[in-house]
Amino acid sequence: MKVLVAVKRVVDYNVKVRVKADNSGVDLANVKMSMNPFCEIAVEEAVRLKEKGVATEIVVVSIGPTTAQEQLRTALALGADRAILVESAEDLTSLAVAKLLKAVVDKEQPQLVILGKQAIDSDNNQTGQMLAALTGFGQGTFASKVEVAGDKVAVTREVDGGAQTVSLSLPAIITTDLRLNEPRYASLPNIMKAKKKPLEVLTPDALGVSTASTNKTLKVEAPAARSAGIKVKSVAELVEKLKNEAKVI
Amino acid sequence: MTILVIAEHDGKALAPATLNTVAAAAKIGGDIHVLVAGQGIGAVAEATAQIAGVAKVLVADNAAYAHQLPENVAPLVAELGAGYSHILAAATSNGKNILPRVAAQLDVDQISEIISVVSADTFTRPIYAGNAIATVQSTAPVKVITVRATGFDPVAAQGGSAAVEAVAAVHDAGTSSFVGEELAKSDRPELTAAKVVVSGGRGMQNGDNFKLLYTLADKLGAAVGASRAAVDAGFVPNDMQVGQTGKIVAPQLYIAVGISGAIQHLAGMKDSKVIVAINKDEEAPIFQVADYGLVADLFEAVPELEKLV
Repeated sequence: MKVLVAVKRVVDYNVKVRVKADNSGVDLANVKMSMNPFCEIAVEEAVRLKEKGVATEIVVVSIGPTTAQEQLRTALALGADRAILVESAEDLTSLAVAKLLKAVVDKEQPQLVILGKQAIDSDNNQTGQMLAALTGFGQGTFASKVEVAGDKVAVTREVDGGAQTVSLSLPAIITTDLRLNEPRYASLPNIMKAKKKPLEVLTPDALGVSTASTNKTLKVEAPAARSAGIKVKSVAELVEKLKNEAKVI
Repeated sequence: MTILVIAEHDGKALAPATLNTVAAAAKIGGDIHVLVAGQGIGAVAEATAQIAGVAKVLVADNAAYAHQLPENVAPLVAELGAGYSHILAAATSNGKNILPRVAAQLDVDQISEIISVVSADTFTRPIYAGNAIATVQSTAPVKVITVRATGFDPVAAQGGSAAVEAVAAVHDAGTSSFVGEELAKSDRPELTAAKVVVSGGRGMQNGDNFKLLYTLADKLGAAVGASRAAVDAGFVPNDMQVGQTGKIVAPQLYIAVGISGAIQHLAGMKDSKVIVAINKDEEAPIFQVADYGLVADLFEAVPELEKLV
């Protein structure tokens, strides 16, 4: 079974981002970039499926700038077999990304597509569901457990009140939640080997996909800052303040 | 301009997040219709018809819509929603699961988790875990939007008398089926709807010690949450997680106990009206957002607090 994994290059999760002075966006100059944490979990799940003998080939795909090749090489070092970069310097919306991924799905014909549930930059949480709509596949979003059996996959999902399990016909789309697995680190020999694995570069034009958008970001601002309050000396003082000053209990 | 709101429910009762979503629709302006899709949902439809400001309730009652499988519900919403100016759903796990699928079927971009309405086509939403706020304009013929409940005060659950109309359309894609669910049972209020939230972090040391927080919460009528560190350490189940990737809460009072205050956690609670932090490390970043900070050992402070409130 072929598994396609989508990964995104984003600001490293440890970086505290700053809004640009002209409010045009977030300052990304000289900021550390990494693979989106949920995408790392997606790669790890695919590698585990291959180790179990369920997956036979892992193709990793990214839609983004030339530099996203770094994240694809990381995925190759973690165990993916080959990579595809759909190169675009533009800031694409989730729908545009889903359309490009649909074109890759048509070309590669995977049985399973695994994506992160959201990217930690745009926080959209849309692409997997949109790809499911465009392909007509079933979707197991926010997955905490994935089990492939025959032509079905059982996905346990993290939902508001607890957990839900659904059964999907293959091919299917899965988006990962935090507790699906703990991603491994790439070993040095595997990082060296990854440099020799194939990496194909495509363009949206070559795939015949329009990336036009109905959304336009007008401005990006820093959130209203919360000012630090006071330190109280005792529990009694805290209760007094909550009752008489804040009036919340 | 007519807006279609997707009702959030569990088949038996209407979820409070629906009232916040209707409030967002009211801010946009225009007639408000609400779709209730599910199976055996008469009681939910009745409750929905009483929501203040709702003009019409559409009821799609069919086995295919039980358990809110997106493969079946999304085509229904796309079919019904095509004639509306906006389609809104709460940014709950259901809303997030279904609505992007609807947007893609309608070939429009979605705007996720809006926290305010600037105008009928322009909205604000947090990005980068709430470290920046984007103002986004949509030119889509049908604007597909999920609503962060904490951004909008709920409308009244009573006072309306909407017309109820049955929807015959049945979509059954046959690609997915429901296997089962394990839902946490609790007598405490729901985390995202509670007026008071008590949360514990790594400082709680183990799951048993969360009993301290449950006792305090029961006295305050509060819900109990946790930081990602406490969930990852296995102290409590993951549906209790407050943060960027967990629940977003904005209660009147948020009490953070033994929580250091990672950005990830702050993103989920910093819009609370009053924040109290109890931590023995006076350098903990949580104190930078707390209205009232208490540097103390939580194992002494929490029982004392429970006695005094």
